[in-house]
Amino acid sequence: MYCLGIESTAHTFGASVVTEQGRILSDVRDVYVSAPGTGIHPREAAEHHSLVAAEVVSRSLGKAGVKASQLAGIAIALGPGLGPCLRVGATVARSIASFYHTPLIPVNHAIGHIEIGTLTTGANDPLVVLVSGGHTAIAAFSGGKWRIFGETEDITLGNLYDMFAREINLPSPAGPEIEKLAAKSENFIPLPYVVKGNDVSYSGLLTASLAKLRAGVSLEDVCYSMQEVSCSMLAEAVERSLAYTRKKEVLLTGGVAANRTLQKKLSDVAGLHDATPHVVKQAYTGDCGPQIAWTGMLALQSGVTIAIAESRVKPKWRLEDVDIVWRKQAS
Amino acid sequence: MYGENKLPKLIYKGAEAEIYLENWCGSTAVRKTRLPKPYRVPQLDATIRRARTAHEANLMHEARKLGVPVPAIQHIDPEESSFVMDYVNGPTLKDELYTVASETRRKRCNLLGRMVAWIHEGGIVHGDLTISNVLCADGKLFLIDFGLGDFSTELEDRGVDLLLLSRAMKSTHTKFHEEIFASFLDGYSAEVGKNQRVEAVNKMREIERRGRYFERA
Repeated sequence: MYCLGIESTAHTFGASVVTEQGRILSDVRDVYVSAPGTGIHPREAAEHHSLVAAEVVSRSLGKAGVKASQLAGIAIALGPGLGPCLRVGATVARSIASFYHTPLIPVNHAIGHIEIGTLTTGANDPLVVLVSGGHTAIAAFSGGKWRIFGETEDITLGNLYDMFAREINLPSPAGPEIEKLAAKSENFIPLPYVVKGNDVSYSGLLTASLAKLRAGVSLEDVCYSMQEVSCSMLAEAVERSLAYTRKKEVLLTGGVAANRTLQKKLSDVAGLHDATPHVVKQAYTGDCGPQIAWTGMLALQSGVTIAIAESRVKPKWRLEDVDIVWRKQAS
Repeated sequence: MYGENKLPKLIYKGAEAEIYLENWCGSTAVRKTRLPKPYRVPQLDATIRRARTAHEANLMHEARKLGVPVPAIQHIDPEESSFVMDYVNGPTLKDELYTVASETRRKRCNLLGRMVAWIHEGGIVHGDLTISNVLCADGKLFLIDFGLGDFSTELEDRGVDLLLLSRAMKSTHTKFHEEIFASFLDGYSAEVGKNQRVEAVNKMREIERRGRYFERA
């Protein structure tokens, strides 16, 4: 049984084919790259997606050695994300589903990050730390849904790095570049550290970091300190949630999961509470087809499909609004 | 005096701090110490622990000034990120509610409602209001652990206080949680008035619907 998944929520257009055992047969992506100093322009990203869509999908099927007519389902990320980008992927998915009379499966992109994380790590009932350009959230499974335990009150961790990078003309996503600059310094300068219960707030940290830079502090020192403060804040929020939920696993997933400083700090937190730290496989930290294809496969096996006429995109679709019918409550 | 030769003695370990019984100037007292965290660089770690220790002691002192029984602060040690306070020798309200008759139960929760109203009216929110953070001694109730507290008059923060308390009552006293939470609200509204009570309870329900503060087993 094969499921095709299409991802187009932000800068990545991706397509992937997976089996019901969770084997990833193909993972083809084409990423829209914005000019340094600018972020994703939604219309331009959508234009990019529409130009590469046909080739990405056919290469993905080709690599998997699967014909479109053999697909059991077509999974599409209907949200959350940028409207113009979402519509490109949705249009492609609807066309294939309609032509081959194949079920269309609605997938929430954030749930995709969680499911690809559990698939690639074997985590069973983790406290999830989802960090990306669109999310900074701590979630635990309860009562058929992933409940948000803590999250950012303003911008996400990915936003913090990208918006900082934009101001200094670095290309985005900028996480890896900031990590490299940070590695060149060990000179910590004080920056605002804001944890409110299980929540974090990064907007003040962004303003203060840029102000330090303008005041003449070296870029390396600012990157190091900003990365230290932002990751420690999240680690503390995770520690509170871990103490509260008493989960025995922590799963780090999403684009910013690739950051080694964050990985180290969350591993430290897990160690303090006898929990096992997991990090999503490196290849699937960023947005990709497999996260959609695999989540779609799980949903399809539980009978979740959507009529084409109902398959509108949902740019603000929150992860705690999704019924996770395929996951059982751990006892 | 509490078995003096065995002090200091660890009595509680939370996510952020440890609580010790110790001898302080000839009597038994409680010391709350914030622990260093491996996930923060030492300079940042020290700054945060010092600031939070002072903030918590300050909140407790301000709550006392509002007439709410709170253990008195004896000493603050910024370098060690700890403070020493009076030892309140009594059970938590959570345990007390198991043993007392229903009328006493209602009286206790009514009093707690009044106390929470006083701190709210005084511009303080507790932030972690559970029946485990209320001690019973000398016929009084004492509020403890202001570690997540803040100076706030936001309806949202007050709603969180009410929700956390209602959840704590529900998960430990399944048979009479509705009755005791009603008593709490009676006491609360006797102080803040009906309008503010309705506002706070509506906000509590709204926060509850977001599904974030779910019950633990």
